[in-house]
Amino acid sequence: MSASGDKTVDKGGIVHRLSQVDRRVLYVIVLACAMVPLIIGAQVRLSVSPPVKGLYDAVEALPPGSYVYLAADYDPGSLPELYPMNIAFVEHLFSKDVKIIAASLWAPGPPLSQRVFEDIAPRYGKTYGEDYVNLGFKEGREAVMVSVAEDLRATFPEDYFGTPYGDIPMLEGIENLTDVRLIVNVSAGYPGIKEWVQQVATRFPVPIGGGVTAVSGPEMYPYIQSGQLVGLLAGMKGAGEYEQLIEKPGLGLAGMAAQSSVHVAVIVFIILANVFYFIDRRKRS
Amino acid sequence: MKTEVPVAIAFIAGMLMIVSLFSPHPIFAEPAAVMRNWAIIITAFAYVLGVANIARISAGTVRTRGRDWHYKIVLLASLGVMLGIGLSGGIQAGSPFDWGYINVMVPMQATMFSLLAFFIASAAYRAFRARSVEATLLLVTAVIVMLGRVPVGEGLWNGLPAFTEWIMEVPNMAAKRGIMIGAALGAISTGLKMILGLERSYLGSDK
Repeated sequence: MSASGDKTVDKGGIVHRLSQVDRRVLYVIVLACAMVPLIIGAQVRLSVSPPVKGLYDAVEALPPGSYVYLAADYDPGSLPELYPMNIAFVEHLFSKDVKIIAASLWAPGPPLSQRVFEDIAPRYGKTYGEDYVNLGFKEGREAVMVSVAEDLRATFPEDYFGTPYGDIPMLEGIENLTDVRLIVNVSAGYPGIKEWVQQVATRFPVPIGGGVTAVSGPEMYPYIQSGQLVGLLAGMKGAGEYEQLIEKPGLGLAGMAAQSSVHVAVIVFIILANVFYFIDRRKRS
Repeated sequence: MKTEVPVAIAFIAGMLMIVSLFSPHPIFAEPAAVMRNWAIIITAFAYVLGVANIARISAGTVRTRGRDWHYKIVLLASLGVMLGIGLSGGIQAGSPFDWGYINVMVPMQATMFSLLAFFIASAAYRAFRARSVEATLLLVTAVIVMLGRVPVGEGLWNGLPAFTEWIMEVPNMAAKRGIMIGAALGAISTGLKMILGLERSYLGSDK
């Protein structure tokens, strides 16, 4: 009787200890789940969601030689999710022979978009100033959005490298955002895609689409349904889906294999923790 | 006068911006554009103030050997170095400033962001319990959405991504829309109160 009773108590103890497992054990499991797919180069296939397809279709519909305003409103803090999107957008736009005007409302944004251009432009034979331009950073948040929409030249009198606006060949005849066919925003937060919709989509006839971090995705769904966003990429999955659509597998698809296994690990953690919780609670009661 | 003049300025500026939203006439649009430029300039000055403030506070902490004063030295040194090389060599691609940004700041910030995965996993294990009906609902929904967002979920049931999208587009959007409309009404109300001079807390606590 006593042995049996001790055994029961011991079993409860194990369950309790498992529910309180050292967080470093969890960290090692998460690390392994993230690293193994990256090391073995695991490939995944994603089903494309309607918001991603919407943005893809909007870019596909652009005629060659048209202009797109690429607002790189992000910083290195959200780089793992948003940088793959920035790359995918530029790849797609260059492949369609669309001219890109990049600018940022986040101070750390311009070097990131410049890095994307320098990596991709040579492959498509694109020239700075003729096929793409980086106007750099401007502080002022929503006020800058409206200013850009009304008078691009006055808002950015020179580009990221200090070249006057009038000396950049591709900007000849481009005075405001009604001269561009689409605004694509890579957005990490405020100011970002929500403010672009509020300040620009409702006042100027320019469609807007873009990409956000996964955690911001749910907040943007009302704007997709209302048609104020033509499409949206949410998190690394969105980037992966877009890469799949443009048939340029990159960081997004590579990262999705790792993210997939980490998701499964977190789900297993949640299930196990709740199983332990209920066993422990029943024993205690 | 200390109260009336700022309230009058807020009223005129606020009304001008509202009217310019609905009327493109130059009599409203041009002053509104000028005021937006003022806003851009004032916001830019916040950066200067921010740098000055953080330098002053950090220097004070180092001087008094306050909490984490060692880190403040690193902060001040980094600030000085980046400011120096930025002012002397420019910030364009290929400059020393750009090298420091790409090779130091980018990996550090990306690392901080990536650490979230570990904290979320740990928090999910420790705190995500089906203690009530509401918590169970949240937990089940979270598991479905997490599975529906990765290829494994689609492997389990090929209708899962569509079901996840339905969760995002219907229940999620209903809640989000309610929150957004509530927040927008609150913002409109506060804005109107400030423009009409009913809300004066921005003038200072004694007003």
